[in-house]
Amino acid sequence: MATYTPTTPIDHIGHGQEPPIPPAGGGDEGHGSNGPDYGARLRRARLGLICGIATVCMVFISLTSAYVVRQGLPTFDDTSNSYVHDWGEVKMPWGLLLINTAVLLLSSITMEFARRSAARQAALAPVQSIPGVSLGNERSFPWLGITVVLGIGFLVGQWLAWGEMHARGFFINTNPSSSFAFLLTITHAIHLGGGMLALLWAATASLRRQTLEARRIAVDITAWYWHFMLVLWVYIFALLGFAR
Amino acid sequence: MATPATIHSHAPQGFIRKYIFSLDHKVIGIQYFFLALTAVFVGMFLSLLMRIHMIWPNAALPLVGEIKPETYLTLLTMHGTIMVFFVLTTAPQGGFGNYFLPIQIGAPDMAFPVLNMLSFWTTFVGFVVIIAAFFVTGGAPLHGWTGYPPLSAVQASGPGEGLGADLWITSIAIFCLASLMGALNFITTTLDLRAKGMTLMRMPLTVWSWFITAILGLLAFGVLLSAGILLLLDRNIGTSFYVPLIVMNGQVMQHKGGSPLLWQHLFWFFGHPEVYIAILPGMGVASQILSTFSRKPIFGYKAMVYAMLSIGFFGFMVWGHHMFMSGMSPYSAFAFSILTMCIGVPSAIKTFNWLGTMWKGHIRFQSPMLYAIGFVSLFVSGGLSGPFLAQPVLDIQLHDTYFVVGHFHLIMGVAAIFGIFAATQYWFPKMFGRMMNETWARIHFFITLAGTYAIFMPMHYLGMAGQTRRYSQFTEVAYQSKLIPLQTFMTYAAIITIAAQFIFLVNLFWSMFKGPKASDNPWEATTLEWTTTTPPPHDNFGGRTPVVHHGPYEYGVPGAPKDYVMQNDPATIATH
Repeated sequence: MATYTPTTPIDHIGHGQEPPIPPAGGGDEGHGSNGPDYGARLRRARLGLICGIATVCMVFISLTSAYVVRQGLPTFDDTSNSYVHDWGEVKMPWGLLLINTAVLLLSSITMEFARRSAARQAALAPVQSIPGVSLGNERSFPWLGITVVLGIGFLVGQWLAWGEMHARGFFINTNPSSSFAFLLTITHAIHLGGGMLALLWAATASLRRQTLEARRIAVDITAWYWHFMLVLWVYIFALLGFAR
Repeated sequence: MATPATIHSHAPQGFIRKYIFSLDHKVIGIQYFFLALTAVFVGMFLSLLMRIHMIWPNAALPLVGEIKPETYLTLLTMHGTIMVFFVLTTAPQGGFGNYFLPIQIGAPDMAFPVLNMLSFWTTFVGFVVIIAAFFVTGGAPLHGWTGYPPLSAVQASGPGEGLGADLWITSIAIFCLASLMGALNFITTTLDLRAKGMTLMRMPLTVWSWFITAILGLLAFGVLLSAGILLLLDRNIGTSFYVPLIVMNGQVMQHKGGSPLLWQHLFWFFGHPEVYIAILPGMGVASQILSTFSRKPIFGYKAMVYAMLSIGFFGFMVWGHHMFMSGMSPYSAFAFSILTMCIGVPSAIKTFNWLGTMWKGHIRFQSPMLYAIGFVSLFVSGGLSGPFLAQPVLDIQLHDTYFVVGHFHLIMGVAAIFGIFAATQYWFPKMFGRMMNETWARIHFFITLAGTYAIFMPMHYLGMAGQTRRYSQFTEVAYQSKLIPLQTFMTYAAIITIAAQFIFLVNLFWSMFKGPKASDNPWEATTLEWTTTTPPPHDNFGGRTPVVHHGPYEYGVPGAPKDYVMQNDPATIATH
């Protein structure tokens, strides 16, 4: 019977410790990076994600600058024949939005567990493939599934919040402040929807006969994107709450 | 998911996967190239109609009949949009960048091949959408390529401002998404897929130019996308981001309080970097070709890299110089003015280094070299009028005159186009395995160079004489009547120059099938694309991974067996 002596304690894998990733870049470090190794693919995917996040940041930076500019603009009022400020306060359903924030925060935590679980599975896969080596009956908790449910919960919550705003008489074209409130929250929801699709892609990876490593990369990238969505939402929440 | 590492084991066999929905960066590069080629002829045809209309305003023209003022504005809008987005952004970056960036850094493909394919087909959809604007009720929009509100934000503001304008904005938004996908891919590929030994300071200047262009695109297109979404909302949902209180046909519109200047800020925050998105790849190509055909190392390689980086950096800080007329604070105008003139410094460094590269070189005046020299010439001619326009007091006089049209056509339009011509002549053998006809290339070069100067240099004089741009008809205006002969001259020059482009077109297609077979390295160049077969195999290097030992421009190396040392030649050859 074959024996296995791990050089890295198995218990440590998947609890925050990452499998080693080669240093970035091809030329500078004196080695090529065209090989099919998993670490290089993960690094490449993360680099792509950073670029994607930079783009999303630019979208929201430009919307924020438009928000600030539009907020300070006087407008000509034809009835009083004078310049007035038309930036009115929007009665946002703050309680509901706080609950949504909590749901998103929770989903970010479950997503992190999913990421670590996928990393652990990917790290252990070579060990499990050794004949005669068994790591016991590990049951994987459905963190991804829970994250999907919580993500849907957040979007439903946002939908209810928009409905509540409608009920209070605020629509996207009511006044500039309501325009931005809807614009920012809907744009965020669309981006989160993209994350949901990525989550579903990762969750169904095994059904599509993707390798464990490919699944781990998909989960890892989605997780970092998901955390970014949380940070972005907190930023939007703060902007709408404190820069009214 | 296909990755570069799995590319050579997944070489596609079927026609659809091999040529239509290909994941191969080379095929995608060629697809971008032909999309841009189609777009440039559409854009050129529109410009021809405009030039003819200016001289013979009542003439009935084929396909369009007599051109009304609003039709003229439509031609102007669509010409600018198609040329800026689907030619000047698409060909240098999407076309040549896609094809040659991976090969020049020794990679088998782009970092994300599927995303690369999606990027091209998204661009294609964007092009179809903008062309569709010609055929909808009301026709294409007339608000200019800059799409200033309130003209662009109110559907009733003119013919073409209905569905046509919506399609225009949608097309731009689609293009933004495609460009963002492309930029992401270019940056990741450059940073992560370089071959062993390909340090950043061994990268060809073309790779640097595509890399910096991708960073600019990544940061700029997101802003344009946001701006476009706000515009769509103003037009269709009734918001007032850009539209102030407007009375139209005696009726007070529902919009209130928006700021047209907000659009201008967002648009030009994208728009000025876009100028460098168009021209930077041309700078890279010119550097590559000038060094190769002068048989000398590029003069001041590091200075060239830092100059491109600083051009990119300053490019994001000068958008306000497009808005001197908007009533901005003189202090802001002063800051934008100084920062704009700062761009002259790295631009001058580049020009000096190009001339330094050619100085005392063993110059081979073959067609790629001619176009590269043409690029430098046009870059200088167009660039020199930049510092004029960078000064608010002069800009107030010259803004919205033909001076501006002449300036940006030389620097951003034809200089970048000459970069594309140079790249086509230089890399055609590698892309298609055959040589282009040299004689016809030279004839095309000389006619086009003379023609572009004949068209665009007089525009500076027209502008200084006060002739305004965007006016469809001036032949009846008394004070402009003395300028008609110059306009007539420009129109004839345009007709001849446009006709000459068919020489290029015929040469291109004839050479693809009938040109003499090209060797692997017909120009005796040094970068990695010339170390592989012509055309390159599916995985670029036939299963081997190049190892780089030398810089990209090792020409005239003392003691070397040839007058050039290729990047992957053995390390035993001592270079810089």
